[in-house]
Amino acid sequence: MTRFLGDLMQLASWRRLAATTLPSLAALALTVVAPPVRAQVVAITGATVHRVSGPPIENGTIVVRDGRIVAVGAGVAIPAGARRIDAQGKWVTPGIFNALTTLGLSEVGRLDGTYDASASGNGNGIVASFKPWEGYNPSSAWLQVTRNDGITTVGLVPSGGLLAGQGAVMALSRDGKGVLRAPAAMFGDLNARGNQVGGARGEVYQRLRDVLEEARGYPARRALVDRNASRPLAARPEDLAALAPVLARTIPLVLDADRSTDIEAALAIARQYNVRVAVTSATEGWKVADALGAAGAYVVVGALNNIPRSFSTLGARQDNATLLHRAGAKVVIAGGTDAFNARNVRYEAGVAVSFGLPWDAALRAITLTPAEMYGVAARVGSLDVGKDATLVIWSGDPFEPSTRAEQVFVAGTEVQGPSRQDDLMRRYRSLPADYRKP
Amino acid sequence: MSLTERLLVPSRSRFLVHAVFAALIPVALAAQDSTRAAVGPGGLSEPNADPFPSTYRAAPSRLTAIRNATVMTAAGSTIRGGTVVLRDGKILAVGANVTIPDGAVVVDGTGKFVTPGIIDSHSHLGVYPSPGVESVQDGNEMVNPSTPYVWAEHSVWPQDPQFPRALASGVTTMQILPGSGNLIGGRSVVLKSVPSVSVRGMKFPGAKYGLKQACGENPKRVYAARGPMTRMGNVAGWRAQYVQAEAYRRRWDKWLADRKGDPPARDLGLETLADVLRGNILVQWHCYTAHDMEGAMEVADEFGFRIRSFHHGVEAYKIADVLAQKGISASLWSDWGGFKMEAIDGVRANLALVHNAGARAIVHSDDASGMQRLNQDVAKSLSEARTLGINVSEEDAIKWITINPAWALGLDDRIGSIEVGKNADVVLWDKHPFSVYARAEKVWIDGAMMFDRLDPTQRWRTDFELGWVPEPAGGRER
Repeated sequence: MTRFLGDLMQLASWRRLAATTLPSLAALALTVVAPPVRAQVVAITGATVHRVSGPPIENGTIVVRDGRIVAVGAGVAIPAGARRIDAQGKWVTPGIFNALTTLGLSEVGRLDGTYDASASGNGNGIVASFKPWEGYNPSSAWLQVTRNDGITTVGLVPSGGLLAGQGAVMALSRDGKGVLRAPAAMFGDLNARGNQVGGARGEVYQRLRDVLEEARGYPARRALVDRNASRPLAARPEDLAALAPVLARTIPLVLDADRSTDIEAALAIARQYNVRVAVTSATEGWKVADALGAAGAYVVVGALNNIPRSFSTLGARQDNATLLHRAGAKVVIAGGTDAFNARNVRYEAGVAVSFGLPWDAALRAITLTPAEMYGVAARVGSLDVGKDATLVIWSGDPFEPSTRAEQVFVAGTEVQGPSRQDDLMRRYRSLPADYRKP
Repeated sequence: MSLTERLLVPSRSRFLVHAVFAALIPVALAAQDSTRAAVGPGGLSEPNADPFPSTYRAAPSRLTAIRNATVMTAAGSTIRGGTVVLRDGKILAVGANVTIPDGAVVVDGTGKFVTPGIIDSHSHLGVYPSPGVESVQDGNEMVNPSTPYVWAEHSVWPQDPQFPRALASGVTTMQILPGSGNLIGGRSVVLKSVPSVSVRGMKFPGAKYGLKQACGENPKRVYAARGPMTRMGNVAGWRAQYVQAEAYRRRWDKWLADRKGDPPARDLGLETLADVLRGNILVQWHCYTAHDMEGAMEVADEFGFRIRSFHHGVEAYKIADVLAQKGISASLWSDWGGFKMEAIDGVRANLALVHNAGARAIVHSDDASGMQRLNQDVAKSLSEARTLGINVSEEDAIKWITINPAWALGLDDRIGSIEVGKNADVVLWDKHPFSVYARAEKVWIDGAMMFDRLDPTQRWRTDFELGWVPEPAGGRER
């Protein structure tokens, strides 16, 4: 059976190779079978390649076939017939990964009907069953804006409640079939307060423990629940069921927590229920950096906040990422979750560097580390053989505003192109504007 | 009684003190602006008194020379290997071949950059301080769509921890405005980024006042139940107010000319609006869309006042030619938008497109965090513009955060550029200010070094921070 399949696969790859080299009608007929762009072999040459998984490669070459990286290094052989992209003087990195965003779930801020990141549930703050990616809009105007700044991959984050719902990783491909992994995480918020969530910290922690405890026992209780013969549950059955992959350690429990004691509580709850944990926001993470490092926890932080905006964030400092990194925590950099400026995560990484984070660690924080956190590192996050050709050719240092993303690839397909904002800028490039021109 | 009053007149009689104090004002005011109404005895019944003058005193300063830096003057030139000399609070000299005077403290600027102090034309520091708890939400007097009678300075909390953070990022002057919940929000105030127990100790001496007005979605959302409910309601609201203001102004101008009989009744709100009409108060108008800005300009034209700056102006690029022709500056973000309908057409080249049309482009923050990276906003817009083939020079772009906002505040003769005779508000950057890696290393205000990143013993910490906000570990932030 395997040999038969192997023969088929060899035949198929020959066909794809033939399609790129035979400029004939027969070849055209063959290319109908497989998408022509992905069937191409592409070689990007001459760039400084920051692969993230290893040291930078000067004058490096990346070979892409069928949307995957098949070779990367200096002095790599370029297959005959490959489309060559001369990237002399450019920098190449994996596509930028914005780990926390509502991109695709939000068109105009919080305008009713255009915002799909927050579930109502039954008002008790537990909507673990919420799958926001089902509301993802591949036609959102902000997607192209974001791609054009080299962002290729995003982590969708729901908001609202103690357990807000599930996360997903989306590749920003243009064909709308972008789901890389869903669910990829379970999101919660220890800052949540409310009637049924809890009015005090201790109450919030207890509620979370109650729900996890209930979820742990749910499989055994399920038959009773279905017969309506169970005592009242701590959360709806669908929400308890949705926690199963968390308890099975398949996806991490990602908790928003700012004050150092809240972060410690998150770690303690995770230990108690033996779940993988990540902490977002983590404003005072630096105060408990050693604990986060020792727990091997992922910490998703920004680099812009140094303001004590609340009594939970008195210790806000912009070298938070640096201190966490030094303590061995797994640092992911992500800032505001708004869709309009999901593109700005690359500058946020640059600011982190200006506050002491090593450059390579900052790049990893917006590429491989978020991929690892969400369990998609086999597909994206670094430039390695076998991974998706999801990468960016930059005019220079990707953290600098003066740098442009010149060519952006998602799984081997170029995705940069005119966005709505480009259309507006071109229309008003000279005044008065001509409203008849596209 | 104010601090100044206490110093001048050690009397217990409140009325006497006020009268004597008020009598001291006309001399100072007359020198500043001949159209400002004079105040005589019984000044409480008369408008346009300067009841809350600045008590700012520059910190002690030393003769200072910053040498061998790349100096971005905001006066049209970049001087490589330049030296800037600060003496007695002013720029004494700037150039490539400046002789450093004897006794000067010499700061080595080799490999570093010098710019004028950054000026933020749109801030709510102090009136929306941190922590942002309910009881300190003092920026919007949302009890009436029009509240020209309030003055933002009376809401400023000088112990807001956001102030020292602004200073540490190179911001030396800021305009604190009321919020945008109202059609007419009240007077703004220009502050220096300096520690003081009172807001008057931070006030920029002699600065003109601004008046905050707001177009668009915010006021009509706040007052939907009682009006304005629509954009046309907004416009009618301004017009109705200025109709009253115009009559008030005529009554008072007539009385002030001959002072015959009792003065007309005094109205704090109309008093402010009348001074807008006289040109003494600079209109700062929050307006996002082209059509809202159009309506605002029509109201200004109808009543004969000028708009100093549109704020936010997300669609300023669409009418940049009109803004240039009318001499209206545009206080903008580089790329904030999308959060409401009036912000959906935001483009990153906005600043550059406005500049390219000949209008004054300004980068503002409206945010205590964004305020700390206005230089990066400039860089983002420059980069975007290049893709459109608009190559704004760095010499011009630095103006967006210096001389242009200085003009919007009516202070371009005193701050906003490194030129001989101007206030010594200067920032030393460790890298090119348009790089994401740049950080302000030293900040001088009126020639005094108010911030030195390399000297943690001189770090300004407000009262709130004591005991609550941890000091940077080991006293050093890096």
